[in-house]
Amino acid sequence: MKLIEKLWQALDERYELQPLVDFAKQKAVPRHRHDWMYYFGGLTLFFFLIQVATGILLLLYYRPTAEAAFESVQFIMTRVPFGWLIRSIHSWSANLMIASAFIHMFTVYFAGAYVKPRELTWWTGVALLLLALGFGFSGYLLPWNELAFFATRVGTDMVSKVPFIGHWLLRVLRGGEDVTGATLTRFFGIHVAVLPMISTFLILLHLAFIQRQGMHEPQEEPKLPPRPFFPNFVLREFMVWLVGLALLAALAAFFPWELGKKADPFAPAPAGIKPEWYFLFMFETLKLLPAKVLGIEGEILGLAAFSVGGLFWFLAPLWDRKRVRGEKSLFALVVGWGVVLYIAAFTALSYLGVFQ
Amino acid sequence: MDTGNKISRKGFINWLLGTSLGATVVAALYPVFRYVLPPEVAEAPTNRVLAGKLSELPPNSGKIFRFGAKPGILVRTQGGEVRAFSGICTHLNCTVQYRADFQHIWCACHNGHYDLQGKNIQGPPPRPLETYKVDIVGDDIYVTRGA
Ligand code: HEM
Ligand code: FES
Repeated sequence: MKLIEKLWQALDERYELQPLVDFAKQKAVPRHRHDWMYYFGGLTLFFFLIQVATGILLLLYYRPTAEAAFESVQFIMTRVPFGWLIRSIHSWSANLMIASAFIHMFTVYFAGAYVKPRELTWWTGVALLLLALGFGFSGYLLPWNELAFFATRVGTDMVSKVPFIGHWLLRVLRGGEDVTGATLTRFFGIHVAVLPMISTFLILLHLAFIQRQGMHEPQEEPKLPPRPFFPNFVLREFMVWLVGLALLAALAAFFPWELGKKADPFAPAPAGIKPEWYFLFMFETLKLLPAKVLGIEGEILGLAAFSVGGLFWFLAPLWDRKRVRGEKSLFALVVGWGVVLYIAAFTALSYLGVFQ
Repeated sequence: MDTGNKISRKGFINWLLGTSLGATVVAALYPVFRYVLPPEVAEAPTNRVLAGKLSELPPNSGKIFRFGAKPGILVRTQGGEVRAFSGICTHLNCTVQYRADFQHIWCACHNGHYDLQGKNIQGPPPRPLETYKVDIVGDDIYVTRGA
């Protein structure tokens, strides 16, 4: 103990650390009936940290070429000690991270925490969720299996429907006209370098905004004395992380992620093909749309609708004038529940096989 | 003291600095932009391929073949006639297959259906499949892209 105290004194003398400690001591988090929602951002961060750690481990054996990718993942799963576990954790944690980010976003939305002055926190948050979806989409291709191959053909083909620059975007994404080894190499670079860099930057920005402004508090709630951040809130957050870890470990160990069949560019798309659950609602919607609606190709109309809807959601801090004034907004509530019900219903019905 | 002149001189310097900086950024980004866009690979256009053997294609069956870098589909109807189409679904780029139980072409990705003329008949595909010309020489099936 003496030694630690001495070390502390030496550091404090040189770097003036005491103000930081004082600051940390008075940091606090509001307490109310819905304060459970404050843990989901942190939980999402936890899963992200797991992704970084397991992703770096996968890099030790993974090889990003059309010839070697599938075999290298097979090698990880069958020959490398605990390789199956590392890969299974990376895949499951990706899903849990996206689920946690969705929950986080919707709780923030329904609490009305996105209005002025927190517009930028909302915008960096939505951008982070999109980046997480980008991680999921780019990572999905990396094992170079049949499902991933066609999911990527379909997913990248959607980009070509963007007016004017669509074809150009398609070539940039695919590294050519078709999904080939060039696409795999590109996706690999995006997955392990571009997205982690941008995400890390945005996470720091997102957290800096929150640190600067403090947590949003619902107005109607009876006020309780706030909870100190250190150690009370942090310990509680750690408990949530522990629950997340337990869930992750159970899923990864009892439901090891599968590898499937190696992609063959000259085989037909297999029956029953579908994307990961977080893209299902869009996938099923595209399936339902007829070939032509009022003379416009159905999928173009669908994709345009998703883009406009997404933009509208992103811009919530601008159109929601009522909540800025501290009033309840029935419109925002209806929009929120509409989006939640639509996504939940389409995802559930897809699993029930209603759209077959 | 002519302050108006001073401000405009300062403005001029700022303008010079700003444009040089802008030009530097453009000069740095342009190669990056071009680098990211993959080069066009001049591919010898494949116009005619040996797509399969008649003896390996019984009536009411289909087969994917390579047409250059792209998949094509050979179909043999119940009546024994051989037809060839592009294998790429006009909806979102999946590879189609022949479904013996439907007796027509089907795309698994979003449940798209095409008849034996390659016409989109059900589901989301917006256009028919491109049709190719079929020549049968002995047991060999040759497919030619229409000119
Ligand atoms: C810095 C961070 C990361 C690195 C270095 C990394 C690295 C990798 C590597 C090498 C693979 C291929 C091996 C394999 O398929 O198992 C992979 C797959 C994958 N990654 Fe990541 N990753 C990172 C972050 C993320 C994040 C944040 C997500 C999700 C939100 C994610 C989602 C996925 C998915 C879904 C797969 C496919 C899993 C599979 O089917 O095998 N990754 N990643
Ligand atoms: S890609 Fe064939 S139906 Fe959608």
